[in-house]
Amino acid sequence: MDAVIDLAPLFAEAAFETLWLVFASLLFGGIGGLIVGLALYVTRAGNLFANRVVFGVLNVIVNIFRPIPFIIFLTAFQPLARLVIGTGIGTEAAIFTISLASTFGISRIVEQNLLTVSPGVIEAARAAGAGPLRTILTIVIPEALGPLILGYTFVFVAIVDMSAVAGVINGGGLGAFAIQYGFRQFEPAVTWTSLAIVIILVQVVQFLGNGLARKVLRR
Amino acid sequence: MPLVQIRDVTKVYPASTRGGEPVRAIDGVDLDIEEGDVYGIIGYSGAGKSTLVRLVNALESTTSGSIIVDGTDITTLSERELRKLRLGIGMIFQQFNLFSSRTVRGNIAYPLQVAGRPKAEIRARVDELLDFVGLADKASNYPDQLSGGQKQRVGIARALATSPRILLADEATSALDPETTHEVLGLLRTVNRELGVTIIVITHEMDVVQSLATKVAVMEKGRVVESGDVFDVFSRPQSPASQRFVSTVVKGVPSDIDLEALRARHSGRFVTVTFRDGGASQSDVFLEFGREGIGFELVYGGVNEIQGRAFGNLTLELTGADERIDAVIDRLRERVEIVEVV
Repeated sequence: MDAVIDLAPLFAEAAFETLWLVFASLLFGGIGGLIVGLALYVTRAGNLFANRVVFGVLNVIVNIFRPIPFIIFLTAFQPLARLVIGTGIGTEAAIFTISLASTFGISRIVEQNLLTVSPGVIEAARAAGAGPLRTILTIVIPEALGPLILGYTFVFVAIVDMSAVAGVINGGGLGAFAIQYGFRQFEPAVTWTSLAIVIILVQVVQFLGNGLARKVLRR
Repeated sequence: MPLVQIRDVTKVYPASTRGGEPVRAIDGVDLDIEEGDVYGIIGYSGAGKSTLVRLVNALESTTSGSIIVDGTDITTLSERELRKLRLGIGMIFQQFNLFSSRTVRGNIAYPLQVAGRPKAEIRARVDELLDFVGLADKASNYPDQLSGGQKQRVGIARALATSPRILLADEATSALDPETTHEVLGLLRTVNRELGVTIIVITHEMDVVQSLATKVAVMEKGRVVESGDVFDVFSRPQSPASQRFVSTVVKGVPSDIDLEALRARHSGRFVTVTFRDGGASQSDVFLEFGREGIGFELVYGGVNEIQGRAFGNLTLELTGADERIDAVIDRLRERVEIVEVV
């Protein structure tokens, strides 16, 4: 336990790095996923902007990138991170790559949840004179909000998982910390303390997500 | 000039499978809907009635032909102009299609928000509509807290929010129980009579047409096979489709199966007499038979009332000398519709 106490300042730093990695990635990946998911949804056959070509291309892109194991994705896209961020290592580069990878996963979750909105409700909005953009913003997204919140909560956990690998490109965070100071220094207490912090973090967010979704769904 | 004129309209959907035949959902339909009408469009599922009604507010585009709403051919309008048009045409649905993320008030306010009305005006208008449909106490409830009948009343209030001149009702009562159906039909009648809204009612239920509509069009396979005043169509259906629909609410001419059963029990000749408001009365007819000494027995039929006018189809078994029966039938034919059933 002494090691844990000695390392307390570093622990705090690693924990904040994880928070920063996860929330920044969730923000960027969440926005990216929302945009791609919306695009998949609206261009699907029979939908507001049905477009076979756009849908087909997006669908293939998402299908190609989504299943790539993240540790390979992280290293494979390091040149792109260097191009966009200016560096291929560090927390910011990790945020970039996590955001990019999660965009593909989130887009599917967004698409699936939007598809649960009844076409009849969309027809009612159109019959009331609403244009496609207004229909999406004022009807489709609000109608799917409950499941979307649950979807994003799920994504949060997936991003925590991704963030643990960020250490590969020196991205920091509890994952890297647990490997460096716990696993490599033969200090299981350090590893387990890192684990405990991650569990608490996930529990808190899951609790908030469930609560918020329940509030939106009124049940 | 009619408020809605549908002229030689077709709607063709591309084939659902590669190399298949395109589907002609609407196949050359002409209809005139006058201001103030409650126009029933009846047909079995797949007859094209739901598609037809969606052409009127351009939720579906026509393949050919024209649809003139209030003097404007809407098939020539841009999407932006169509949105404006839709503000003047309300629509209600079988599954209500309420926005579950919005309260009753939010649902009714939606078309007004789309129309860009000021907040205070929206508030006042929604209050007025809530009173009109009798849901003032449910303003802050969500749709999933309402019964089916209440949901449809919210649907009606939402459809009427922008004070449209036309209301499209797509199977609006098909998901409701008989009592609630009655209540919703009553509300629609009020909408027509008190607010002067022209209503186009799509249904597969003949009693909806019977109790609400003034005019009716019978659709089959994308075509209108018969149309006119409800009384005329009901009392003298011409097409087989109309006859089938009418027979669901009006006991009229016996079917072949009915006839077989009747033949087993009766040995005389059968005639079906159609009585209509203004024609010869039943007593006139019965008197003729009696005078000639012809025995008659009522074996099938019924008398109905539509829009305050009565009509009936009665099938009688006649017994007596054949030449006398022939003579009476000939004589009656000048005054009443009488057909020998063979």
